[in-house]
Amino acid sequence: MISAQPRRRAFANVCWVCVLLLLAFAVRLGVVTAWAQEQAAEKGAEKAQEKAPEKPPEKAPEKAKADDTTETCLACHNDKTMTTRHGQKTVSLFVDGKRFAGSVHASLTCTGCHSDLDANNIPHGTPAKVDCGNCHADEAKQHAKSLHGKALARGDPLAPRCVSCHGNHDILSAKDARSPVAPMKVPFTCGKCHQEGTPVQKDRNIPEHDILTNYSESIHGEGLLKKGLTVAPNCASCHTAHSILPHTDPNSSISRGKIASTCTKCHSQIEAVHRKSIRGELWEKEANVLPACVDCHQPHKIRKVFYAQGMADADCLRCHSDQSLKARDGRVLAVHTTELAGSRHARIACSQCHSEVNASHVRPCETITKKVDCTSCHAEMGQQYQKSVHGQLFAKGDANAPTCKDCHGTHHVLGKQNAESPTFPTNIPVLCGRCHREGERAAIRYKGQQHEIIQHYSESIHGKGLLKSGLTVTATCTSCHTAHRELPASDPESTVNPKNVPNTCGVCHHGIQEQFVMSVHSASVTHTGKPLPVCSDCHTAHTIERADKDQFKLEIMNKCGRCHEEIAKTYFDTYHGKVSRLGYTNTAKCYDCHGSHDIRSVNDPQSHLSRANVVATCARCHTGATRRFAGYLTHATHHDPRKYPFLFWTFWGMTALLVGTFVVGGVHTLLWLPRALHMRRELKAEEAAEQLKLPPEGEKK
Amino acid sequence: MPASIQEPEVEQQPVAVAVAAKPAPELEYVRFRPLHRALHICMVVSFITLALTGMSLKFSYTGWAVRLAHLLGGFQTAGFIHRSAAFLMFTAFAVHLGDLVRLKRTHYGSWKKLLFGPDTMLFTLRDLREFAATMKWFVGAGPRPRYGRWTYWEKFDYFAVFWGIAVIGATGLVLWFPIAFTRLLPGWFINVATIIHSDEALLATGFIFTIHFFNTHLRPEKFPMDTTVFTGHMSVAELKRDKPGEYDELVASGRLQANLAEPHPAVVIKTIRVFAWCALAAGFSIVVWIIYAMIFAYR
Repeated sequence: MISAQPRRRAFANVCWVCVLLLLAFAVRLGVVTAWAQEQAAEKGAEKAQEKAPEKPPEKAPEKAKADDTTETCLACHNDKTMTTRHGQKTVSLFVDGKRFAGSVHASLTCTGCHSDLDANNIPHGTPAKVDCGNCHADEAKQHAKSLHGKALARGDPLAPRCVSCHGNHDILSAKDARSPVAPMKVPFTCGKCHQEGTPVQKDRNIPEHDILTNYSESIHGEGLLKKGLTVAPNCASCHTAHSILPHTDPNSSISRGKIASTCTKCHSQIEAVHRKSIRGELWEKEANVLPACVDCHQPHKIRKVFYAQGMADADCLRCHSDQSLKARDGRVLAVHTTELAGSRHARIACSQCHSEVNASHVRPCETITKKVDCTSCHAEMGQQYQKSVHGQLFAKGDANAPTCKDCHGTHHVLGKQNAESPTFPTNIPVLCGRCHREGERAAIRYKGQQHEIIQHYSESIHGKGLLKSGLTVTATCTSCHTAHRELPASDPESTVNPKNVPNTCGVCHHGIQEQFVMSVHSASVTHTGKPLPVCSDCHTAHTIERADKDQFKLEIMNKCGRCHEEIAKTYFDTYHGKVSRLGYTNTAKCYDCHGSHDIRSVNDPQSHLSRANVVATCARCHTGATRRFAGYLTHATHHDPRKYPFLFWTFWGMTALLVGTFVVGGVHTLLWLPRALHMRRELKAEEAAEQLKLPPEGEKK
Repeated sequence: MPASIQEPEVEQQPVAVAVAAKPAPELEYVRFRPLHRALHICMVVSFITLALTGMSLKFSYTGWAVRLAHLLGGFQTAGFIHRSAAFLMFTAFAVHLGDLVRLKRTHYGSWKKLLFGPDTMLFTLRDLREFAATMKWFVGAGPRPRYGRWTYWEKFDYFAVFWGIAVIGATGLVLWFPIAFTRLLPGWFINVATIIHSDEALLATGFIFTIHFFNTHLRPEKFPMDTTVFTGHMSVAELKRDKPGEYDELVASGRLQANLAEPHPAVVIKTIRVFAWCALAAGFSIVVWIIYAMIFAYR
């Protein structure tokens, strides 16, 4: 501390010299500086003296001599505390002379850019904005036409100008790694505005999201950021540096028309691996929908490749073509090349699935630690599978959990359009039945209501359509349960959850669903806490019958009666109900009057039973029906004196008559019986006596 | 009223002719004319048919009803049979009314004589006295009344048919032609008609197959069965015993001999018995079914 004291004093003296020198300059130039400015300068000097005045102050005047104008400007602007007010904002007017000297513009004078200022006319007012276009005319023109330039012209406060990316006095060459527009830095520079959460991303119409995150995870981003390959494309490689235009603009480097040439700047031989699209039918027949690179390779999520490239299948087959090859645990390791050749993966190299191989090993496969992961290509299916009950069981390590290969096979994987594939529609019931048939492992652990599902399905209208009629469009297991995201019906996410059943069935039965959503049974019409019926409540899940079969027609009334108990009971008291209970369908059943999928409240004018429609509904069977005829009580009961007094009293009147008659008649008969028996005995006795008296009568005969 | 008149039987042969050939069989009293026998057979056939087809609907919740409906060829066929039987019954009823008109013209001359003559079907003071006397006899306080041609219970059965045909027939027509009837009547009247039709039918079948069967066919002294209504004949001894009043009158007026006839050949009697037993069996089955349906299967 003792040594610091005299040094500080020395610095203070030096500073005072500087101030005096500055004053001398001012006097020499005949400029009267504002007192306030002087004081600011004084204070700044004091601070500088306190903080870091390492630089030898003598050198500044030396350099100023070399570059007169710059020197002149920096005389003031080298002061870090120099500020001005710009409306509400305080703007620093400090210019770092040293960094300026290192910039690409070091050879220029200040007035080279600030051309409206005169070094001899100091202090100056607020200078005009620098127009970089004076020198960089092409770039300025490009910028003006670009999205950024247009936003700027609109006066968008978020629009970037040259300085936003390039900086101002410290502009470095793009080749300089420190430059904000150096390849490594571009993503960050663009990301200042284009990362999630920024005002630009939030308030402006940017169709892409998570751009920076996706980019950094993409093969391009990894190449640049992780591996430091400066040749890896950055934002500007595709979007250009200055001509940034929306992809909808045909002039844009990322427009459909130009994206291919943009990508081929680097991927110049890409046609060689895209023969299918380029020479294939699509390009010839449907030139209008010519696929652009981005149709397959999402703009910022460029696919990563997990497999070792350069591993030839022949290397694998050197061992695996041996049909007797087995692992120590007995697994067959032989590969039937014919199987593979006929499969969907015929053009996929071994190492693309059996990743982790190392081509530099004698046995490249010895580095493999994991099983084949199909999701590295089939990512979406993998996500669905993980959510499914199959995937959940697999995650728990359940031995019964099926994996990809249990349904799709291994090397002989075939597309679902291939009739030989286990996933071809007509084969699906057999496939699922392997586990879900009664007695099999999935059926054994199942605790729900559905049994004999494969058997029932085969006998259902869907099963017959698929298996007997061979209609591949018929619903199979996966049509309702999905192929990869099977969930139990109790799961609200499940396609067979009651909430989702109408949508699931509606995929095929769209017209019915349209009617159903407007009916009283739809949750969108009836708001109730009670469970509303869905397709499967009436049609069942696996035993779906043709709706025109008698058995279905009769059964459906019991289905209605499960909820509409009272009304079903009274229906069975009427002629219609009695006939249908005898087992005949040629009479009005619930749906004949109420409709089936389009059941609406009787108060709804569109109901079959609304005042406007009821006569026509009756007339469908009773030709010539009138409004009075329609007054027949189809759900009448004679047990309700308040609702149906006529019926109630008729019934009890008739009952009284009946009971009265039987009582009188019965008593009369019972009283008679002993007398009649007595008469019979007398008669018998008489007959016997007569026979004794007149035995010769018989002899006469 | 009508059946009272004893017309000379057409089938009846002069007694002397028969005597010549073989020993004269005991002659029988002819109680019912052939028309009456035919009408009763029509009533039996139509009534049992109506009961079976109707009950199959009324008791549709029993397995028997389902089987019967199928046996009859479905509910539509059963309905057709039901209406055909109704037509037969209406016809029999109409023929009887026509016969009354004819009798009035040919035998009585006026409705007064027909309706208020000695053999009338209308209830008279004598019926009231006989009813009182019957009650006394039932409780052992008097002798069996000397019943005449028609006892009060026979008259009751006769008018029960009138009442039944009127009530069941009218409501049946409403159910047969509902659209036509609802031009005048409100729609709910079809419901009312259903209840009346069905319950009155229950009353009719229940009454006929139990009380009527007992009163006229199965009384112990006539056991196993009184087939008079089918054959039209009854023995003079039975007439004397069962309807002493009538016998006395016939003897007194000297009309007895004119109303005697030779018995039917054995094969006719046998046929009649078979038919009667079938009708009886059907009737009892229906009663058993009704009891089962009303008590054990009622829902």
